[in-house]
Amino acid sequence: MRGQAKRQERARSEAATSDDELPQRPLRVGIADRDGVVGAIMLAPAVIYVIALVALPFFLAVALSLSDANVGNPRIHHFVGLDNFISVVHEAAFIFALRNSIIITVATLVLLTILTILQVELLAREFPFKRLAQIILILPWAMPVALAAIGWLWLLDSEYSPIDWILRAVGLLGPGTVLGPANNLYYLGREWLGIGSVIVINVWRTLPLSTIIVLAGRTAIPRELYEQAELDGAGYFRILFRITLPGLAVLLIVAILFTVLVIFGDMTVVALTTRGGPGYTTEILPYWAYLKGIQGGALSQGAAIALFLFPVLLAASILVLRMAYRREE
Amino acid sequence: MAALEVRGIEKRFGDFKALKGIDLATGEGEFLTIVGPSGCGKTTLMRLIAGLEKPTAGDVLLNGKPITPLPPRSRNIAMVFQSYALYPHMSVADNIAFPLKARGVAKTEQERLIQWAAGILGIEALLHRRPARLSGGEKQKVALARAFVRKPSLFIFDEPLSSLDAQVRAVARAELRQLHDRSGVTTIYVTHDQVEAVGLGDRVAVMQAGALRQIGSPQALYRDPANTFVASFIGTPPMNLLEHGDTIIGFRPEHVLPRPTMPVPTDVATFRLRITRIEFLGAEWLAYGSTNEEFGSARVLCRLRQEAVDKIRTDEIQEFVVSRSQLRFFDRKTGMRTAPVPIRGESA
Repeated sequence: MRGQAKRQERARSEAATSDDELPQRPLRVGIADRDGVVGAIMLAPAVIYVIALVALPFFLAVALSLSDANVGNPRIHHFVGLDNFISVVHEAAFIFALRNSIIITVATLVLLTILTILQVELLAREFPFKRLAQIILILPWAMPVALAAIGWLWLLDSEYSPIDWILRAVGLLGPGTVLGPANNLYYLGREWLGIGSVIVINVWRTLPLSTIIVLAGRTAIPRELYEQAELDGAGYFRILFRITLPGLAVLLIVAILFTVLVIFGDMTVVALTTRGGPGYTTEILPYWAYLKGIQGGALSQGAAIALFLFPVLLAASILVLRMAYRREE
Repeated sequence: MAALEVRGIEKRFGDFKALKGIDLATGEGEFLTIVGPSGCGKTTLMRLIAGLEKPTAGDVLLNGKPITPLPPRSRNIAMVFQSYALYPHMSVADNIAFPLKARGVAKTEQERLIQWAAGILGIEALLHRRPARLSGGEKQKVALARAFVRKPSLFIFDEPLSSLDAQVRAVARAELRQLHDRSGVTTIYVTHDQVEAVGLGDRVAVMQAGALRQIGSPQALYRDPANTFVASFIGTPPMNLLEHGDTIIGFRPEHVLPRPTMPVPTDVATFRLRITRIEFLGAEWLAYGSTNEEFGSARVLCRLRQEAVDKIRTDEIQEFVVSRSQLRFFDRKTGMRTAPVPIRGESA
């Protein structure tokens, strides 16, 4: 009884001293305490960005494609209906551009997916000089586009290509060999070699990003899951297809979506290498839109070509996002 | 023949010696628990037995055959991890089927075995669920079913109950032991909780700092600890250890009695204790006290029955007695058991 009273007294005196020493904060509600205001301020930059740099240009492009505007007379108030789309579709270049855009995107995707999985599986393991390997594998991403272009143009040069040089040295190229009588392959001067070159460069420059995205997911799979699978008797491929890939599915889809959007809408690789030639055989939609609309001055036709990209990109985005959400459930 | 035998196992990680030469053998169908504080190397030992790590030296034998060079999948050892490691994107049925599929068991036989394992653990209703939608106790049962379904030669459990609530844990402990008794599969169970180790195991192995300190029945460990570490690790509360010259004297809290409760004290040792606090535990009381300088002013815990508590006044020095047959003696330098030394008290 006495002990209890003593304890209560001590507790009271401790409470009193702490009251004396701790200053009380004034009771006030600042602007940072009002969720509505804070939320609006935080969201504003994103909303302004989307309206000014995504929504406005998009509706401008739609308006342009339905008008007869050109660089000499960029007014959009003369409505011509679908005339631009019809005339673009009837041009010889259109079928090449559409075909190549699809082939380049799909082939890049397939190669990228396989190589990403291989790289991720490699980097998820411990091996000597792993740091060095990581730096080399990440390098294409860090390299300036201009520098990369010079490197690739040299590699694919019609006369001084080091690839041709090696092929000649090992006896695969030149008169009387497998790859034909000519001394060079002329990578950028032939239809399928040109398309292939564009695909290789695309894969080369997108691989680091997709590897980083997917590697984050790979390291998030607990190591115990792999040990459990090993104890359960699974071999390498069963573990890859039943544990690793399902665990990576969401991030693989994200990486693929990213790549589709980047590759399908991109014109820099073609602009720096084949320029769509020979003829229109390596033409792609975004580069053709640029040639027509900006170089050729036909703003309305350029906008119409660019809009052909839109339904594909929209459909890909919706499909992939829906899959990603279903996976997460 | 021993089901599992471990011979002179050593493991280093760089300069750190995780295991310093462990020898261990289990009987056929035995339930052996391995207990020790965290960092004592018990999990490393499990991983070596399962094949997830390679030993620096020594051998692992299963049913008399050396398995040290074999990868985990060739060992037929099932392990249940603390996290259960359920495959998150597979249904419960697919989780249980995974080891069967990996072994190429026929589809109809798979179905039969899944139903059989799910029936034993009472999880038939959960077979179509994903692991994310299971409670901790349900996850544990699925992990057990997955380990159980392939009929392994050895079960390894690495703290499988530690992520469960206290209430669920008691039930799960009983179920685990029942499962073992039904299957008769040799089981090694790793835990840091000595209550669990003593309650579950046929035998208990105590590990500390990468070495095996004692192995024996729970009763042997409790009554005759081989050293001061085991004495202070096994039992809640642990054995009282008092320094006395070159020896350490040990006795269990329940063997301490206030002198007045013993009408004719014979063959006892007497200690003068000051009790500072008494705690009510239900069936008995726990008294916190300390000795005088003769025994190094050590802390002493006593578990007392109601009639003994009535004789106690706090903050006063009183005489307590312990029967001499309950005293244990340890060498002060090595901590190992030694011969009894004479101390003050009445003899018969």
